[in-house]
Amino acid sequence: MAKLIRNRAVESDDWVILQAASGIDVFPALRGRKVILPLSLFLLEEEEARLQLSEIGVWLDSHENIKHIAGRLNDLPLIALNFPVFSDGRPYSTAKKLRADLKFGGEIRAIGDVLRDQLCYLERCGFNSFAIRADQEPEECLSAFSDFSDTYTSTTLQDQPLFNRRT
Amino acid sequence: MYRYDGYDSKMLEERVRQFQGQTQRYMDGKLSDAEYLPLRLQNGLYVQRLAPMLRIAIPYGMLSSTQLRKLAFISTHFDKGYGHFTTRQNIQFNWPAIEDVPELLAHLAEVEMHAIQTSGNCIRNTTTDQFAGVAIDEIEDSRAYCEIIRQWSTFHPEFAFLPRKFKIAVCGTLEDQAATQVHDIGIYLIKNDEGDVGFRILAGGGLGRTPVIGQEIFDFVSKKDLLSALESILRVYNREGRRDNKYKARIKILVREAGLEEFKSKVFAEWNILRGGSLTLSQQEIDRCKAYFKDPAYRELENTPVSLREALASDVLFANWYSNNVTAHKRSGYAAITISFKKTGYPPGDVSEEQLLLLAELADKYSFGEVRITHNQNVVLADVEQGELYSLYKTLQTGALEAANLNTLNDITCCPGGDYCALANAKSIPIAEAIQRKFDDRELLAELGEISLNISGCMNACGHHHVGNIGILGVDKKGEEFYQVSLGGSSRRDAALGKILGPSFAQEEIPEVIGKLLDVYCENRTTDERFVETVNRIGIEPFKTRVYTSKE
Repeated sequence: MAKLIRNRAVESDDWVILQAASGIDVFPALRGRKVILPLSLFLLEEEEARLQLSEIGVWLDSHENIKHIAGRLNDLPLIALNFPVFSDGRPYSTAKKLRADLKFGGEIRAIGDVLRDQLCYLERCGFNSFAIRADQEPEECLSAFSDFSDTYTSTTLQDQPLFNRRT
Repeated sequence: MYRYDGYDSKMLEERVRQFQGQTQRYMDGKLSDAEYLPLRLQNGLYVQRLAPMLRIAIPYGMLSSTQLRKLAFISTHFDKGYGHFTTRQNIQFNWPAIEDVPELLAHLAEVEMHAIQTSGNCIRNTTTDQFAGVAIDEIEDSRAYCEIIRQWSTFHPEFAFLPRKFKIAVCGTLEDQAATQVHDIGIYLIKNDEGDVGFRILAGGGLGRTPVIGQEIFDFVSKKDLLSALESILRVYNREGRRDNKYKARIKILVREAGLEEFKSKVFAEWNILRGGSLTLSQQEIDRCKAYFKDPAYRELENTPVSLREALASDVLFANWYSNNVTAHKRSGYAAITISFKKTGYPPGDVSEEQLLLLAELADKYSFGEVRITHNQNVVLADVEQGELYSLYKTLQTGALEAANLNTLNDITCCPGGDYCALANAKSIPIAEAIQRKFDDRELLAELGEISLNISGCMNACGHHHVGNIGILGVDKKGEEFYQVSLGGSSRRDAALGKILGPSFAQEEIPEVIGKLLDVYCENRTTDERFVETVNRIGIEPFKTRVYTSKE
C-alpha cells in the first residue's frame, strides 16, 4: 500500500483511487475495498458503487465544482481534490469552502502534484491528508507543517485571525 | 509608522528560515527549477537578464531612517551600490547572487522589512497615496487600513496560487495619487450620507496587455466588513479566473468575460457567507493600527515664515523647486516635499548608497525619521517645517537630489527596461534620458506645466504607460526596438487610458515627436489648461496630423 500523510503522520493508504475515465466494469475487482470515485462516475453510478464496494469517497479535479456534491457531504467519509499541477490554486478555495463554509468533517485529501512546500497552506485551507507525489518521501515532508507557528488571517486550524488574539 | 510586535517578528523570522531551507534544497538539486520558481518569486526573487533581481516591499511606501540605512548597507554588500524604486512602492536590487538572498532577507528582517509576495501569482504589496495623513483633502488616513490589508494578505493560505498577480491600492484623498482605478482591487475611503466613513471597492482594473479601468463592486462597505469583502472577491477570482492563458488570467478578464453583474452576484454570494464571520474587524483592531499612524509631535508654527519668504525672494532656483516640489500640508507651518529622482542623466528611480544615507539623514533631521516612496519613483518627506525648507534644499543639492521637475514633463516614470529586465522588448532608460536632455530647461518646463510621461519597455506596462498623459511603449519589430506613443492617459480621479497615436517610431525620433506634440499643445491650449485637458478637448487628431504629416 502506498504511503500518505494523514493528520501529520505517515500512514499506509487503504483507499484505491479510480482514474477519471473509469467505469463500473472495474467494481467487481475492487469488491470490499474503499474506493475514491471520480466525480462523474460518482454522480452516475453511486448506487452501483455502494452495492459492490465497502466504502466510497469522491475526487474532484481542480476545475470541478463542489455544488454537485454539496447535498451529499454527510454520506462521504472522504473527498479528494486533485492538483493537476501544484501551482493550480483552485483546490485551496474548494477545500476552504468544504471545511469552513459547508462544515465538512470527513477527510479532505490532496492528490496529484502534491509537494512539501505547499503542505502548510494546504492544511490551513482544510486538507488533512496528503498523497505526496510518488517521487517524494512523505517522512521528509512532515517538517513543513511547522514552517510557521502562527497566522495572520483566520484558517481552518485557527478560527480567529491574529488581530483577535494579540496580547 | 507600523512597528512589529513579537508575533510579526516571529513569523518573519520563520519565513526567512523557510526560504533558506527551500533555497538550500534547490541548490542541492532536490527542488526542480519549476518547483523553486513560485517559492523564490513569492520571496521577491527574479532571475533576470544579467543577474537575479530582488524586489523588496515598502508597505504603502513608508520607510524609516533605520530602514534606509539598512537598504544602503544592502546596496553595497549585495549589489553594486545602488537600488531602484519601482512604480509600486517597492525597491529592487539588480545584482544579488541567489545563494546570498536568504542572508540578505535576514538582514532585512532585522529592520522589519521583507520581500514577501512582491512577485508571483499572489496578493502583492498594498499601495497608497504618498501624502496619506498629511494631505489637505483627506477623508481619512488610509495607512491603518493598508496595514490591516497587509496582514490579512501576508501568508494568506488560500491565495498563494492565484491565476495571476493581484494588486491592491487604497486611497483616502480626493486627488488620488495611488493610481487606484488601475489596480486589481482599488479601494476608496468615502463618507456616506449618514456621515459614516467606509469603503467603495472597485475590481478588475489593471494595466499590462489589456488595460482596464476598475468597476465598482461595492458602493459602500463598512469598516468592519472590509476583509470579508476582499476575501469574497479573491475567492471568486481564485476559483474562476482563467488559468489556460497567462495573458487572460488577470481578474479584469474574468470581470469582462463573466459580465459585471454576474461577477458581482458571485462575489455577493460569497460575501453573504463570510460577512459577519471571523474576518470582521473590531474597533479595537482599527484603533490599534491607527495608533501607529498618529500625527507626529508637530509644533505650533506660522505659515510662510519670514526666513522662507526671504529665501524664495533671493534664490530663484530654490523658488522654482519650491513651486514644483512642495505640497500643501494639513498643519500650518509644515510642508510635504517631494525629492525628485528624475534628475537628467540619472536613470529614473535609481538611488545610490550615498543617496539612501542622505535620505536617512534628511528624514531624521527634517521629517520625524520617516520618508515615503511614491508610485512615480520619487521620495517624500511628509512633515517638514517650512522654515527649514531652504536648508533642506541646500542639502539636497549635495546629493544630486535637487531636481525641481516634479509633475513636469521631465518627471518621467520609467521601468528598468531592456537594460536590466528579461521581459523587456526595448530599452526605456535611454529614451527617458533623451527626452530629459531635450527639455532640460526650467522655464520651458514651467511653461509646459503639469504633464505625466510614462515609459514601459514592454506591454507588461511596469512604467504605467497607459495612464501617462503621454505614454511610450517599447515594442519589438523584427528584432529592432521601436516605440509606440499614446496620449490622454491619467491615473488620477479622472482615470483614463491613453489613445495610441499611430505607427511606432525609432528610438532617435522620440524626442522630436514629443516636441511636436508639445507644440500642438502650446498652440491650442487656453489659459491654464493642462496638457491632458487640451488633449481631451481637441482630441488626438491634431497631434496625429502634426507628427505623421511632417514625417512624410
